[in-house]
Amino acid sequence: MEILSLLGDGIVTAVQPLNLMLIVIGVSVGLFIGAMPGLGSVNGVAILLPVTFLVPPGSAIIFLAAIYYGAMYGGAISSITLGIPGASTAVATTFDGRPLALQGKARLALVAAAIGSFTGGTVAVVLFTGFAPALASVALSFGPPEIFALMLLAFATFVGLGGDDIAKTVFSICFGLVLATVGFDQVSGASRLVLFDLRGFLGGISFLVLAIGVYGIGEMLWTIDSTRDGMTQSKADYSVKGIIEDSGTTVREGWKGTSIGSFLGFFVGLLPAAGATPASLMSYAVAKMTSKNPDKFGKGDVGGVAAPEAGNNSASTGSMLPMLTLGIPGSPTTAVLLGGMVIWGLTPGPRLFVDESEFVWGLIGSFYVSNLAALLVNIAFIPLFVWMLRMPFTVLAPLIFVLSIVGGFAAMQDMFDIWVLLVFGFGAFFLRKFDYPVAPAVLAIVLGPIAEPTLRQSLLMSAGDPMIFFERPIAAPIMIVAFILILLPVFKYMLDRRKRTAQQG
Amino acid sequence: MKLGEIITAGLLALFSLYLMYEASLNGVGYTRGSGPQSGFWPFWLSVGMLVSTAFIALNWFRGTSPASQSDEPVLDAFGRKTLLLVGGGIIGFVALVEVVSMYGAVAIFLLYYVKVLGGHSWLVTAPLVLVFPLMLFFFFEGLMQITMPTGMSFTDPVYDILYGIIY
Repeated sequence: MEILSLLGDGIVTAVQPLNLMLIVIGVSVGLFIGAMPGLGSVNGVAILLPVTFLVPPGSAIIFLAAIYYGAMYGGAISSITLGIPGASTAVATTFDGRPLALQGKARLALVAAAIGSFTGGTVAVVLFTGFAPALASVALSFGPPEIFALMLLAFATFVGLGGDDIAKTVFSICFGLVLATVGFDQVSGASRLVLFDLRGFLGGISFLVLAIGVYGIGEMLWTIDSTRDGMTQSKADYSVKGIIEDSGTTVREGWKGTSIGSFLGFFVGLLPAAGATPASLMSYAVAKMTSKNPDKFGKGDVGGVAAPEAGNNSASTGSMLPMLTLGIPGSPTTAVLLGGMVIWGLTPGPRLFVDESEFVWGLIGSFYVSNLAALLVNIAFIPLFVWMLRMPFTVLAPLIFVLSIVGGFAAMQDMFDIWVLLVFGFGAFFLRKFDYPVAPAVLAIVLGPIAEPTLRQSLLMSAGDPMIFFERPIAAPIMIVAFILILLPVFKYMLDRRKRTAQQG
Repeated sequence: MKLGEIITAGLLALFSLYLMYEASLNGVGYTRGSGPQSGFWPFWLSVGMLVSTAFIALNWFRGTSPASQSDEPVLDAFGRKTLLLVGGGIIGFVALVEVVSMYGAVAIFLLYYVKVLGGHSWLVTAPLVLVFPLMLFFFFEGLMQITMPTGMSFTDPVYDILYGIIY
């Protein structure tokens, strides 16, 4: 009862005129920043941090949290409408969101993303309200071996469930992981894999360079080539009646993916160093694994949009928990928020809930209000985003190319990276011709910087003994499931062969 | 497609070998007390890439992949034209950034694509070419405080006016 009373006070704080205005401005700004390729929640929060010194600390963090929420919703917009995942958290949304848009169902994909995000955010904030201190201690029990096991599970789901050529999928994963190691070794500080002695590679290869190159350039060239220039505007309409119908379709077809993303995303978001990107990818993979029609995933499944969106929104709330209760940020954006709190004179940690009760519950209350505001603002803008897709393709295509290059530069601030982006784009165009799946490479370059240090730390802990992954109670079952998934294609091949032999016999 | 697939697999295998060499320069073993060396992880991943290309080649020999059964060209006349006109246009766009600035290159690329390749009227082309780069300027430079390349010095008078508006 005490929690409900505190939450009630928090919501009252959040709906005070100043805070409510900041929430609406925050989610709107965040939505457009998130929708811009190359910019994500971390850009919005970091850039607008100085603005918050004009308002009290409680209102400031509410404003930043609203931007965070808005950007999480916005990331899906460029994934669906342009086919470019503007931020790593929206990579998985591209897998089914873009095919739906190409089928003239962009509105359905946008509605599914909005409802998935809202549900994920709401479930997460309820879990946050009820179990904050207990969950923080669970998150702490995940050490490097457990996090590495989770990363391996994410890769294994791609191998085990990929309908594509397994050898090409494995190549794609390994390639993405190698690209993630280019530049400085984050453990020893040594420079490595400075390809062809080009000094530009010393700074590493960002996920955005690969993702924008692959999706913004390569995929667009492939679309123009494969449709023989016959690609015209999307047929999707943007009526209010249609949005209501799509909401019903999302609830019917996407409830399972949304539920998976909402719960799984929250728990992955709690883990230090994990954050919303692995959460969205894992939610997608598990939704596909448990679907009655896994073959439909990747071709335009509503659950394939709702699951990662629920996952990344849920995780973004989840990652606030270790930040507030332990002072450990779960993602780059929460690291900036943590910095802001320290500047405002607040000390994150176990005492925060006691010493700054009004601040904490005001923030939690604002999560509920921000989530609702983000849903309403997002749905209000869906007609605008769908209208954009009705432009002739010979107008839309150059705008996508321009946004890819400009967005890529905005994120990287280096022309060298733009040339690398083009190399990836043209490379992806040719590899796509030979059915190499590119999504696993994008997944791998995002998760690589988490996977490698945790593997190395684990081996250091065990003096080089890989059995550490099978001796710990949380890591072991995750590793076993991952290995079963990796071996699944082999079992499937053997089963098919036995069936064929029996039929011939 | 058939020949293209095996050539691609061969090139990727060579690239994997190159990556293995590069990674090996950092050491690929285990050092007692400090754990796996810097090259350990990328080296074994490159080995994974090489092994994958071997399986891709094996599938090609067995004729199990769609590309290995196809006699179609990798790029037909339309594909070559697309790559030349669209791909070439994008390369030209990026090359122009350091000459006429990011926003100038955007305007020229839009003019080329919308008017020349798309064949749209000036009524469609002109507003796009003039307004879209300005919108990008005010969003990135004004709102997001992100500076884009301004090109060579002859663009300075234009930027003086634009920066005068936002600062």
